[in-house]
Amino acid sequence: MNVEPLIVVSNLTRIYTMGEEKVIALAGVSAQINPGSFVAVMGPSGSGKSTFMNLIGCLDQPDAGSYRLKGREVAGLKSGDLAATRNREIGFVFQQFNLLQRVDALANVELPMIYAGIRAKVRREQAKAALARVGLADRMTHLPLQLSGGQQQRVAIARALANNPACLLADEPTGALDSKTSLDIMALFQALNREGMTVIVVTHEAEVAAFAGRVIRFRDGKIVSDEVQAPRDALEALSAHGEAA
Amino acid sequence: MVRQHDPSGESMSIFDALLSALLAIRAHALRSVLTMLGIVIGVAAVIAMVAVGNGARERVNAQIQALGANLIIIIPGAVTMTGARMGTGNAATLTDADAAALQAEVSQIEAAAPLVRGNVQVVAASANWGTSVVGVDLAYFIARDWPVVKGREFSEEESRRGGQVALVGATVARELFGENDPVGQQLRVRNVPFEIIGLMGPKGQSTFGADQDDVVLLPLQTARQRVVGTSRAKNRSVNQIMVKVKEGEDIAVAEEEIKRLLRQRHRLMDGRDDDFSIRNLAEIQATRAQSAQTLAMLLLSVAGVSLLVGGIGIMNIMLVSVTERTKEIGLRMAVGARPGDVMSQFLIEATVIALIGGLIGISIGMIIAVVVANTAGWPLLIDPEVVILAFVFSGLVGVISGFYPAWRAARLDPVEALRAA
Repeated sequence: MNVEPLIVVSNLTRIYTMGEEKVIALAGVSAQINPGSFVAVMGPSGSGKSTFMNLIGCLDQPDAGSYRLKGREVAGLKSGDLAATRNREIGFVFQQFNLLQRVDALANVELPMIYAGIRAKVRREQAKAALARVGLADRMTHLPLQLSGGQQQRVAIARALANNPACLLADEPTGALDSKTSLDIMALFQALNREGMTVIVVTHEAEVAAFAGRVIRFRDGKIVSDEVQAPRDALEALSAHGEAA
Repeated sequence: MVRQHDPSGESMSIFDALLSALLAIRAHALRSVLTMLGIVIGVAAVIAMVAVGNGARERVNAQIQALGANLIIIIPGAVTMTGARMGTGNAATLTDADAAALQAEVSQIEAAAPLVRGNVQVVAASANWGTSVVGVDLAYFIARDWPVVKGREFSEEESRRGGQVALVGATVARELFGENDPVGQQLRVRNVPFEIIGLMGPKGQSTFGADQDDVVLLPLQTARQRVVGTSRAKNRSVNQIMVKVKEGEDIAVAEEEIKRLLRQRHRLMDGRDDDFSIRNLAEIQATRAQSAQTLAMLLLSVAGVSLLVGGIGIMNIMLVSVTERTKEIGLRMAVGARPGDVMSQFLIEATVIALIGGLIGISIGMIIAVVVANTAGWPLLIDPEVVILAFVFSGLVGVISGFYPAWRAARLDPVEALRAA
C-alpha cells in the first residue's frame, strides 16, 4: 500500500504549566493516520488523549515535535492560519453537540461555511445536502431544542461535514446519548467512513472503540498500544439491540 | 459535495456578521434594550433639545425680524461704565430737532422717528381701556414698517399741526369696539376727543413679551401737548428716536455716525459721557445667540455624560456576554472563526446595539420636539446634520465600548473556551 498519510505526528509534546508545577500531557508521541481510516483514540482521563485530539484538531499547538496534516506542517502556524486550517480540514463533533440554540439546524450547519466565506446561496444548498446526508432532510428548520439528542448530534455531524473536511474528529460523540442512539450515531460514522471520510473518535468506552478499524491507546502521555482490528458493524449491533429490546 | 469558496476571500461577510449580531441581540431582547437605554436617553435629549432650542431661537429671530433687525433705538440718558443706566428715557436731552438732523445728515438712515409715550386710560362710547399712547410722526410708519390695514395714516398736515386724530392697534380696537369697525369712531384721551382714522395691522408679541397691538398712535405734537404732559411740549423733547437703517448699510457705522452727530449737537466735549444711549436689535440678538450657545454647550455636556454612561453600560453587558458565551466562542473558533472574526462579531454586536439605541433615541427626540413645538407654537426645526451626527456618534460609542470585550473574546484559547460550561 503506497498511500500518503493524512496525519503524521512525530515526537509530539505538550507541557502545561500549572503554577510551579509542569504537567507533561503529551510526551513525544509519534503516529500516522491514513486517509479513509476509522481510528478510535482511547485512554483514561489524564492519559493525554484529549491533548492529542486538541493538537490533531489544530485547536492547540505542541511545545515540541511536528504535525503534518496532508503533508503540510501545522506546528507553529499563527492562530489565524490555524483557524483557517480547522475550518477547511477538520470537522469537529462534540459530546454536548455544541449547537447554537437560537438558530435552526440549517443555520448551525452553515456556520463553518460562513467562516469559509462561502456565498449564502451556495451555503444553503450545501447545508441542505449535509443535513440530508445525516438523515435530517425533514428537520432542517427545527431549532436544536425541538430535536432529540440523537438528532442534535446528527446536526452537529452535518455541520462537521459542511466544509468537506479531511477528517472528522469526534470527542466522546455518544457520551450524552442512550445506547440505541449511540449505535445510530456509530452507524452513521461507519457509513461516512465507507464513503471515504477519515473518522477519528476519542472515547473511553471500549464499546464505542469496537466500531473502529484501529485503536490507539494512551496512558501517561504516551501511546501504549496501536492495534488494527476487525470493526464491529454498527448496523448489525443495532438490529441485535432491537431484538434484545 | 464540492467545496465552493467565495472569490472575495475566506472571511465572514459583513452581512453574515450583521445577521449574527441581530440574532444575538434578539436572543436577549430585554437586556439589549436596557443596555441601549443610556444611549437612547442621551441621543433623545440631544435631538429634542437642539430642535427645541432651534425653534425657540427661530421664533425670537422672527420677532426681531418683525420689529426690524436694522432698527436702532436712541433714548435719552447715559450708560455708565458699569452698564447701569441712569435716568434713561426720562431725561429731556433728545428732541424733534435731533431726529430731523439725523434724518437729514446721516446718509445711512432711512427714517428717524421721534416718539413720546405715556400710559393712559382711553375711553370710547361704552368702554374704556388702559393702554399706552404713543405720539409719532410719519417717519414712524416707515421705521417700524407697520401698515394701516383699515382707514389711513395721518396726513402731512395732521402730523405737522397736531390734529385730533388717532390710529389704534388691534388689541385696543377689540377691547373698545369688539367686532365693530373702529374707524370713524370717537375716542377720548384725557378728555380730549379724537377721531379714529385707521386700524393698524396686528404685530403680535414683542421680543420682550409685550403686546405690540395694545397701543393708540397720535400725532407727535398732539400727544405731547394733550396727553403726555406739558414739560415735553416746551422743549420739544422726546422719549425715544427710532431709527431705521437703510437696507445694506452697516448698522455699526450708522451708530457711529448717529453718536458723532448727537454729541456735536448736544455740545458734549471729549471725555464727557453721552447724554443718550443707542441700542440696536442686532445686539439683543447677539446676546440671545450667546445664551443659546451656552445652553447648547450645557446640553452637549449632558449628552456627553449620558453617552459615556451608555457606553460603559454597553461595555459592561458585552463583557458579561463574552463570559456567558465563552462556549459559543469556542465552538465558532473550532469551526474556523479566526480571532479577527470573533473580534468583529462582538464589535459589530456592540455597535448594532448602540446604533439601534441611537435610532430609538432619535425617534423619541423627534417626538418630543414635535410635541414641544406644537405646544409652544413655534416652527419645528430638526437639523438633519444633528440627527446624522447623533447617529454616527452613537455608533462610535458602540465601537469604542465594544472594543475591550471584543478583544477579550478574540484572545480566548479555543481549548479553554470549549471546555467552559
